[in-house]
Amino acid sequence: MAARIDPILGRYLHVSLSGRPHRLYFEEAGQGIPLVCLHTAGADGRQFRHLMTDPGITEHFRVLAFDLPWHGKSTPPEGWQREEYRLTMRGYTEAIRVFCAALELARPVVLGCSIGGRIVLNLAIAHAAEFRALIGLEAADYQSPWYDTIWLHRPDVHGGEVCAGLVSGMMAPHSPEESRWETLWHYMQSGPGVFKGDLYFYRVDGDLRDRVGGIDTSACPLYLLTGEYDFSCTPEDTMRTARQIASAEVTIMEQLGHFPMSENPAQFRRYILPVLQRIRERGEKQHAGKDAAKDAHF
Amino acid sequence: MAGDKSGGAPAADLVRRLESLPGLVNDDPWLVHRGRFLTVEVLIGLGRAPYHLAIEHGRIIGLERGPQPLRSWRFAIRAGEEAWRRFWRTVPAPHDQDIFALAKRGELTIEGDLQPLMANLLYFKDVLAAPRRPSGEA
Repeated sequence: MAARIDPILGRYLHVSLSGRPHRLYFEEAGQGIPLVCLHTAGADGRQFRHLMTDPGITEHFRVLAFDLPWHGKSTPPEGWQREEYRLTMRGYTEAIRVFCAALELARPVVLGCSIGGRIVLNLAIAHAAEFRALIGLEAADYQSPWYDTIWLHRPDVHGGEVCAGLVSGMMAPHSPEESRWETLWHYMQSGPGVFKGDLYFYRVDGDLRDRVGGIDTSACPLYLLTGEYDFSCTPEDTMRTARQIASAEVTIMEQLGHFPMSENPAQFRRYILPVLQRIRERGEKQHAGKDAAKDAHF
Repeated sequence: MAGDKSGGAPAADLVRRLESLPGLVNDDPWLVHRGRFLTVEVLIGLGRAPYHLAIEHGRIIGLERGPQPLRSWRFAIRAGEEAWRRFWRTVPAPHDQDIFALAKRGELTIEGDLQPLMANLLYFKDVLAAPRRPSGEA
């Protein structure tokens, strides 16, 4: 019997971030329009494995996911043991742009979930011209905190288990048990203090309430999709954000929570495929428009 | 709290749900195993009725309706009757599915020394959600 092997390739990219050498792990599958996927806080790129094994996506998209510094299989930077990890707006934005530039991705689509959804809004604010389209899952300009992050990193509570315990209820009850627990496994494997460090960006350094009004979706379309069961980034949070942005497209996803791509891949597929289809069609139209302009010129 | 019945006696369906909890937990050897390092007294507030939940090495060894003056507990989880009823539906509606979702909306409070809760969080969530199972149906 032929071995069953996922068509996903994993490699390590050496880059410099804020003047510091980093070795980032990334996976990819498929060909076509680059689609860079950004994982949630305290997790890693494995959350996107179902997108990478879906021929309906990989026939048209080169799906890539890198593990943020300190996450997954990315090597923490030299000296990590003597500092507290904290994700910042500036550092996160730099990591995405450096990753895309290093791989020479031509105007990629970026899809981010949770903190990834928040930073997608910043890409739309500050760097829209670099991207073909931006997709924010469970994204909002701000969310009110609902627990004390001190619990995430202390010696009398197991970090992996408490991180999983805090996010376990953010998934929809309809999501398959297998997928829910796989999603939690990623949280259980996160390095000490990493989830907490990501939440510094989410809660302290990444408040975009005064800035999302400046997003110009004519420069780069913005799609926002939020699960109805997400009580951390609620549908109301996403809709409030979208109301400030002309032509942002919002979808509230039924029977999904905060981790749509990993908690219920089949349900998420119903929502993300039409968005990806529209991004493709828009690209083809623009291409056709350019060809027509060329013909007219000559 | 909202949804309380007069006189502090909780609705019968909720009492049945809560009182099904010890059996549901103790009949689940894997759940008991996951709580094996935990021995603690917890106060569960069902509307205005306090219940003392005693756990020993992950097993529920007591669930007694209070008030019991001067009986101590490490932490308390309290919610109105309506919030518990929505939380214990077999498939809860959006934002009724988790104690933290209810807490964020101000419908549930978690107070006291939270270390035993946070150190055993996945266990406690499954304990509190146990009455959702079909066998816990009123």
